[in-house]
Amino acid sequence: MDAVASDAERSAVDAAIGTMSDRRVGQVAHGGPRRAAGRRTHLLPALHALQDEAGWISPGGLTYVCDRLDVPPAEAFGVATFYSLIATEERPRQVAHVCDDIVCLGAGAGEVLASLDDDTEVHRSPCLGRCDQAPAVFVQNAGAANIVVAPADTGRVRLVLDPQPGTTPVTSAPMPVQAGDASTRLLRGVGTGPPASFDAYRARGGCSALERALRIGREAVLAEVDASGLRGRGGAAFPADVKWRAVAAATEATRYVICNADESEPGTFKDRVLLEHDPFAVIEALVIAGFAVAAAQGFIYLRGEYPEAERVLDAALTEARLAGMLGESVLRSGFAFDIELRRGAGAYVCGEETALFNSIEGLRGEPRQKPPFPTEAGLFGKPTLINNVETLANIPWILQEGGAAFAERGTEDSSGSKLFSVSGAVAVPGVYEVEFGATLGDVLDLAGGASDDLAAVLVGGAAGAFVGPDRRDIVMTFAGTRDAGIPLGSGAIVAFDASTDFTAVVARIAQFFADESCGQCVPCRVGTVRQVEALERLSSGADTTQTLGDLDVVLRDASICGLGQFASNAVQSALRLGLIGAGP
Amino acid sequence: MIEQRIDPPQPLVELTIDGTTVGVPVGRTVLDACRELGIDLPTLCYLETLTPVNVCRVCVVEVEGSRTLVPACSRRVEAGMVVATGSPRVEHSRRLVFELLASSVDLSLLDHTTVAWMEVSGVDVDRFDAPLATRSQSVKIQDDLYVRDYEKCILCYKCVQACGDEAQNTFAIALAGRGFTATISTEFDVALPDSACVYCGNCVGVCPTGALMGKVQFDLRAAGSWDESHQSVTTTICPFCGVGCNLEMRVQDGAIVDVTSPLDHSVTSGHLCIKGRFGWQHIST
Repeated sequence: MDAVASDAERSAVDAAIGTMSDRRVGQVAHGGPRRAAGRRTHLLPALHALQDEAGWISPGGLTYVCDRLDVPPAEAFGVATFYSLIATEERPRQVAHVCDDIVCLGAGAGEVLASLDDDTEVHRSPCLGRCDQAPAVFVQNAGAANIVVAPADTGRVRLVLDPQPGTTPVTSAPMPVQAGDASTRLLRGVGTGPPASFDAYRARGGCSALERALRIGREAVLAEVDASGLRGRGGAAFPADVKWRAVAAATEATRYVICNADESEPGTFKDRVLLEHDPFAVIEALVIAGFAVAAAQGFIYLRGEYPEAERVLDAALTEARLAGMLGESVLRSGFAFDIELRRGAGAYVCGEETALFNSIEGLRGEPRQKPPFPTEAGLFGKPTLINNVETLANIPWILQEGGAAFAERGTEDSSGSKLFSVSGAVAVPGVYEVEFGATLGDVLDLAGGASDDLAAVLVGGAAGAFVGPDRRDIVMTFAGTRDAGIPLGSGAIVAFDASTDFTAVVARIAQFFADESCGQCVPCRVGTVRQVEALERLSSGADTTQTLGDLDVVLRDASICGLGQFASNAVQSALRLGLIGAGP
Repeated sequence: MIEQRIDPPQPLVELTIDGTTVGVPVGRTVLDACRELGIDLPTLCYLETLTPVNVCRVCVVEVEGSRTLVPACSRRVEAGMVVATGSPRVEHSRRLVFELLASSVDLSLLDHTTVAWMEVSGVDVDRFDAPLATRSQSVKIQDDLYVRDYEKCILCYKCVQACGDEAQNTFAIALAGRGFTATISTEFDVALPDSACVYCGNCVGVCPTGALMGKVQFDLRAAGSWDESHQSVTTTICPFCGVGCNLEMRVQDGAIVDVTSPLDHSVTSGHLCIKGRFGWQHIST
């Protein structure tokens, strides 16, 4: 390959990863496995820089990145082609990614797709996390800021594609109904001031949890997390203290803490709301986590389709450094800690923790077989604490009020409160916080009530399960949903009314998994495609339930990661409920 | 004098496989333990000389207490593990994985052992009804040394490992794309002669499905004249340099048709260089 990068491409890459003499290049001296050593961890940021500058990864641009980072071109190409927001063929500088996922599908995504098709490069997109304002369009803009338009119609999207002087496309997301409500815990800081202002955060009591943590010491912080009974909110419900303790007790000196902000489960947008409106709470929590497990470096891995959250977080991190909340001596305690913001590039699977590590390391975002678990060998092979945004957002509260007080809220097995992303056929879609113990009906009522002709509710997103309208009684706790045979998952609740074409919805879910499979293991790589095909045949009258059942078992039993293991969940639940099938 | 390396004795880990208790050294895998007991498992992406990538999933076994099945090739033994290698769950996944592969790629050149496994597993290669997406595509013939027929590729990663830091350190190929259409590729899919490829052919040496094949063998097969009943294999030492790589020269009708190196040869671990693997045309001229 002898293609040469343009000056603009070189400058963009240099700005992202620094020049050779820049301290930041190679600053993160990670050790770890041989392949991750050196500068490879800067690969995805460098590819982003090329994509943002030129609208695609040209052969010359790739060669330049590979020279700078000592990465073989074939491997860099393999990484670039892994992500749907990175193009390796030249394309227009503006691309519209139109969400046609389960919520947007029923909210006019088809019309937007049809009306844009002629003169704009349009891609169908998985859920963009704007289900409260469906349909959504993510406009990828080379040379300018990426932007999400929601609710999208042709006029509003055109205004972004071709800005007219004097007009500003309104794209800000709505504030949750409970924003700033003092009786909530996770939403009480939302909407109370400029989100990226450290002073405003401080003024409303921010950093008091961190101050207390630094004062009481590591062991006492861990004890508070033990007492809280906090369990992970990303979907797996793993006890947080077990992870925290395991990393804190690791024999290796280098540890990492990561905030998993790759929120991509269809129907889920709670983490986006927290990050856009209360970023310091998450930053503060990550610093506390770093302190508790004695890590010096944290990462926030944010999905690539959240440009507003990226702007807010970037500004907030800068303020946090200026204010001494991050840096050589956090709040003058002597504890050194910093956070790097990493942006995903369109890959649902990177929300899987080990795939996320690989993505940060500059490898393809392929999940690793566990064990070993992240607490033992995570990012760069080092003990790593990784928690979801919402899980971390509970930490300041736990430190302020005490783990025991936290545990008093909610139920015995599910302490604290939970955010639910409610969308679809409800009066007021949005993020709602409830104390654990509320029923599905309570949550739907909080969102203004479900439509009178409610036909089904999808709980837990694409990896979740459908329940009938008669299941308002399900207690939305970890135990309650388990007893009902459904996963609580990320807390996504999508309501569907009687006009829903469930064949289309279930087909979209199946297609989502086929599109997002990393392709590593056979059950998922081929099985998700065979599932799509079997559903197609089912909708044309063939009885493929046996095939779908066989696929369900092999996906669940033999896939490497949760993507494959839950790829047939919603399909099977829809069959059981008779939402699809060789019906009338 | 031949230097014999003697490892210090390792503590043994006791586990139960199919009802029999066995002790194997710490750090060994479930597959190692199975073989210790004479229990065989099918494997596709596993090779003794490479780090297990546990992607093909044909070696999955049931471990008590584990929500999912686990890949025997990479899972390290743990004390007290209770393993079942032939439970209904294991047999279901094994059969389905073979059927999924057979429905998407051309498995006609699989080795005899794997074919036998497919038979005993009750694999129905036509169990999925058309129309089916497949990996059907044309063969990449870009030089006179080897061809790449990715219609036969099961994405076992072995060629990438052999080209990369597990043997050759050339890094000419990698996985590209995602999901069902993921493929092994050079950067921007440039032809091999324009890539970093040094034609060691170690990718060919580790390929389990015949997707990568020496051009001589490929041409003979295409002409219908590849005939294993008329072939003999002669082991010799490569004459090109002083390293002493063992070569296995496959001869048909008086002509060399393929060269490999034994996997268990201490010098090569099955790997060769361009001269050893491809540099024998002069013998027959």
